[in-house]
Amino acid sequence: MRTKFRLSKRWLYIPLTLMAVFYLLPMYVMLATGFKRFEEIDLKTMWALPKGIAFINYIEAWTKLSPSLLNSFMMVIPAALISSALGSLNGFILAKWKFRGADVIFPLILFGMFIPYQSILIPLVQFMNALGLTGLPGLTLAHIIYGIPITTLTFRNYYASLPQELLEAAKMDGADMLGIYRYILLPISLPSFVVVLIWQFTSAWNDFLFAVVLTGNTEWPITVALNNMAGSQIIAWNVQMAGSLLAALPTLLVYIFLGRYFLRGLLAGSLKG
Amino acid sequence: MQIDKDRFLNILFISPSILAVFIFVYAFIGWSARVSFSKWKGLTADYTWNSINNYLEIFADPRFHVDIRNTLIFTGVFVIGSILLGFLLAVMLDQGLKGEGFFRSLFLFPMAISYIVTGVVWRWLMNPAMTGSRVTGFNILFQNLGLDFLANTWYNTPIWGMASIALAAIWQMSGYTMALYLAGLRSIPQELREAAQIDGANELQIYRHIMLPLLAPVTLSALIILGHMSLKVFDLIVAVAGKQLPLDVPAIYMWQVTFDGLFYGKGAAIGMILLISVAVLIIPYIRYTLKTEAQQ
Repeated sequence: MRTKFRLSKRWLYIPLTLMAVFYLLPMYVMLATGFKRFEEIDLKTMWALPKGIAFINYIEAWTKLSPSLLNSFMMVIPAALISSALGSLNGFILAKWKFRGADVIFPLILFGMFIPYQSILIPLVQFMNALGLTGLPGLTLAHIIYGIPITTLTFRNYYASLPQELLEAAKMDGADMLGIYRYILLPISLPSFVVVLIWQFTSAWNDFLFAVVLTGNTEWPITVALNNMAGSQIIAWNVQMAGSLLAALPTLLVYIFLGRYFLRGLLAGSLKG
Repeated sequence: MQIDKDRFLNILFISPSILAVFIFVYAFIGWSARVSFSKWKGLTADYTWNSINNYLEIFADPRFHVDIRNTLIFTGVFVIGSILLGFLLAVMLDQGLKGEGFFRSLFLFPMAISYIVTGVVWRWLMNPAMTGSRVTGFNILFQNLGLDFLANTWYNTPIWGMASIALAAIWQMSGYTMALYLAGLRSIPQELREAAQIDGANELQIYRHIMLPLLAPVTLSALIILGHMSLKVFDLIVAVAGKQLPLDVPAIYMWQVTFDGLFYGKGAAIGMILLISVAVLIIPYIRYTLKTEAQQ
């Protein structure tokens, strides 16, 4: 009976493998096409393996997209760092200090992570223009501020899960709020920082809407540049595929090496800390 | 003394964030609302009162009717597809098979990629050509596999074209529902399963009568999160189809009306309609989540 049960489970590898193929198909096309030489590019043979490994597509995509990749890095790194730092402070204060109105303010902050940005887009553009914060600095600021809700939530959930005694003991020893944060919470916050940094990195890197309304063509981040490249008729699709891989690579690498933390950020985003 | 100082520091550190969120979310929403009741058209701001005329115009616009139809089709296919697929994957991965971690990572990786990349690649996979030298993507794959009957015009299909874009969205997001369900399944105590097995329940009955009801909160989360995502869908459609009218959605309509057409009043009104439709889903959800959290 038991062995029969075990055997039957092995059949699950069939649907699982089929699903794995489904998830990998787009990656396969992206990779295989990117490595094909120009003569091999034929719509009919889209699914065939490349006959050799050619890098011309990547080189061409790189020359076209490298300025935008650089723009993305310049925008994403400060955005992720600053919004994570703010989230950590806010999370600490909201978790450990029950001030009047905190249970009104917290849900109001949370709502900010779900709003359709179309409902703030016109004021955002007007406001940034009025401040002279056009282009990348404005985009970075937008990602910092609209990132605050989720970073605050993640840190608040983490700090709220810590035993209250930890803080009480420090208070007894005369530590003030900054001391508690600096010497007790910050040193054990590294995993949460990784979660939040990855999350912010990924969502700012992948954003298209803010980028397309806040930046002009010399400051386009990669998503806008790739979309425009794919929309133009003159750029061969093997170059488009190579460009797509370049655009996906930074977040994919983060996912491959830090996937565990990525998953935790994902669950936090559904409010399930 | 200490308490006063802490209080001061708390306020000092949290108020910039609260102020920023308040301005960028709530003041901007108020500002948008005001614009939506104005006659603003063109590059210079014009706040002349226009009552609810922008809203009336939108609701009367056939393009907006197409948008509603497309959003409904997208939401239906995407939400149901992602939930079913995610649940099935989670149940399969919950069986303690070897290589579980590998499959789990594989099903989740599309989440790390932008909708733009997904869209650019899927645009080629779902190339609508069905005959001649331009046949490619899935259609030529089906031909080569002798599954010609599956070949179709994908996103160029009248009315249902939106469903194929939802397919790309399922590819991207089903790993997310899988992760939600898997976390839910893992939180169900093992004893419950064993008790049911002892009572003679088979695997199917256990999932049907024990797991599924216990997973209802997860299904609710997934419904709401995915549902609100489909109301906001934008980049994916832009990357697959550009700004084609048959594949229009409210977010693209808003973008075009505002930034190409410079009809700011009308654009703001579309933004407000989107906001209200999302708020109807999300506000009860936030309240419900915080209430259950407080009870624990």
